[in-house]
Amino acid sequence: MEGVKHKILVLSGKGGVGKSTVSCQLALALVLQGKKVGLLDVDLCGPSVPRIVGLQGRDVKKSNQGWIPVYPEEHKSLAVMSIGFLLPDPDAAVVWRGPKKTAMIKQFIEDVVWGELDYLIVDTPPGTSDEHIAVIESLKEHQPDGAVIVTTPQGVSISDVRKEISFCNKVGLPILGVVENMSGFICPNCSECTNIFSSEGGKLLSEELNIRFLGKIPIDPALTALQEGGGSFVSKFPDSQTLKAIQLFVSDLITSPTPDAK
Amino acid sequence: MSTTLAAPPPEHCPGTSSEEAGKSNACAGCPNQQICATAPKGPDPDIEAITNRMSTVKHKILVLSGKGGVGKSTFSAQLSFALAKKDSQVGLMDVDICGPSIPRLLGLEGQEIHHSNTGWSPVYVEDNLGVMSVGFMLSDPSDAVIWRGAKKNGLIKQFLRDVDWGDLDYLVVDTPPGTSDEHLSIVQYLKSAGVDGAVIITTPQEVALMDVRKEINFCKKVGVPILGVVENMSGFVCPKCSTKTDIFPPTTGGAVKMCHDMDVKFLGSIPLDPRVARACDEGRFYMDEFPDSEATKGFQKVIEESTQVSCRL
Repeated sequence: MEGVKHKILVLSGKGGVGKSTVSCQLALALVLQGKKVGLLDVDLCGPSVPRIVGLQGRDVKKSNQGWIPVYPEEHKSLAVMSIGFLLPDPDAAVVWRGPKKTAMIKQFIEDVVWGELDYLIVDTPPGTSDEHIAVIESLKEHQPDGAVIVTTPQGVSISDVRKEISFCNKVGLPILGVVENMSGFICPNCSECTNIFSSEGGKLLSEELNIRFLGKIPIDPALTALQEGGGSFVSKFPDSQTLKAIQLFVSDLITSPTPDAK
Repeated sequence: MSTTLAAPPPEHCPGTSSEEAGKSNACAGCPNQQICATAPKGPDPDIEAITNRMSTVKHKILVLSGKGGVGKSTFSAQLSFALAKKDSQVGLMDVDICGPSIPRLLGLEGQEIHHSNTGWSPVYVEDNLGVMSVGFMLSDPSDAVIWRGAKKNGLIKQFLRDVDWGDLDYLVVDTPPGTSDEHLSIVQYLKSAGVDGAVIITTPQEVALMDVRKEINFCKKVGVPILGVVENMSGFVCPKCSTKTDIFPPTTGGAVKMCHDMDVKFLGSIPLDPRVARACDEGRFYMDEFPDSEATKGFQKVIEESTQVSCRL
C-alpha cells in the first residue's frame, strides 16, 4: 500500500444502484487523465468488475512478492483485482461466511503487488457488514481519502444510503460526495424524460446532510450495453453525454480539495 | 452454531463448527485453535425449537438473487400483499439485516415489535399479513447496523425461533443479495422444518445474470428447490410515445436463455413501471391500485406460477 497515493472507496447501502459501474468509470476517467490506477473489487459473492472491464476469464499470477493484478492494456495504467479472477468456473457460487471473506479481503489489500499507483478505487458489495469492516480495518493505517456514495433517486435506496453514511461517520471515513445514478430516462424515440426511479433523491439527501453532490448519471442503455459488451474497456469510450457527465464529476472530485466529512 | 473467534480463520480452515475444527493440519498455529477445539459440536439444539415453531407454517418460500437492486423486496412485498388479498394467512420475514427495505415497502416505517409471553409479535399490515424486520428494532431509521456475520445469524435465528408467527399458509422470506451468512443460516435453520423452495429474481442484463447463476448454483449445492426465475425490469414502455426500450438489455438472451441453460423454470417477466417504484416508496399495494397495468399482469402470472409450484410440493 505504500506506493499508493490516494485510496477511494465506492459505497452504497443499496444493491444494484451502480457501485461497480461508478467504480469502473471512475477508474477509467482517471486513467484517461494520465493517472496510474488500481481497481479492487471486494464484492466476493457477486463480483461484477471483471465483466465490466472486459477481463473475464483472465487469471491472477502469483510471484514471490505476492499476487500480480490483471492489466487490461500493455501500458499498465490500470491494474485490476477481483475474486472473479480466482474462480475456476465463473458460475461457481462463493459460499463463504464472514471470517473467510475478511481473510480474503485482508489478502487483497496486503498481498497484491499494486506497485506505484496514483489512485486505488475499491468497489464494495452493498451493506455495512464483514466486507466493509474488513476494508476499513485493513486500510485504516494507510489513511484512505474517503468514500464516494452511490444511490438511485428513490426513497427505498435513500433509506439504505443513510445507513451507509452513518457507517462512514461512525468509523471516521470522510465522505467525498454523493452520486445520483439512474436519474431519469430519456426515451430515444420521443426524448420524453421519465423518472423511472423518481428524481432528485440523491441531491436532496446531500443538501440535507451537507455532503457534496457530485452529479447525476441518467439511465442510458448505451452505458449498460457498454458494460455488457466486454472487450477492451479503456479504448471503448464513445462520444456520449452520459460518459462526459461522469468525466466532469471525476475531474471535480480530484481537483478540488477533499471536503470534511460531517 | 457460531463460535467467537480471536482472529480470522486461516486459508484452509475446516470450518469452525466442523468435526475437524481445532484438529486439522490447517489448525496448527492458528490463534483460534483452542477455541475451536473446545467449542461444543453436534446438532444445534435451537433447530428443534425452530422446527417446532415452524410446524404451524404450511409453505415457506425464499426470495433470492445473487444481485442487489433487482427487486427481491418489491417482489416479496407484492407476493405477500397478493397472497393476503386471497385470504391466506401470510408472514413476511426480512433477513436483509444491513439494508432492510420491507418496513417501507409495506408502509410500516416507524412501527415497533411487541413482546408477549408467546414470543415477539410481528407487525401487522392486515389481520392476515404479519411482518418481521430488523427495521422495526432501530431507534433511528438512519442507524447503520454494523454487524458481522455471526451477529446477523443470531438475529435470523431469533426471527425463526422467537417470533410468534401463529398459523400461516405462507411464510415469505426476503433476503439480501449474495451467498453468504444470511443465506447459509436461513437454509440451515429451516432444513428440518422444510422449505418449499426459492423464487429467484433477476434483471435481463448479463451483469445481473452472472451473479444469479451463482445463486442458482448455491441453491443446487445446499439442496433448496428452485420454484423458478422471475425477470424483473424487463423493458420500459415510454408513457408518451409507447416505444419500448430495453434499458437493461438482455444481451446474452436474458433470463429465458439462462433458465433453459441451467434447467430451471422461467416464471415470467415484469416490465419497468415508474409507478412500481413510487408504490414501493409509499408502501402501497401496486397490483391493487393498477390492476390493468402490464406490470400487474406480469406480477400476477409469476405469483400464480410460483405458488402453484409451491403447493404441488
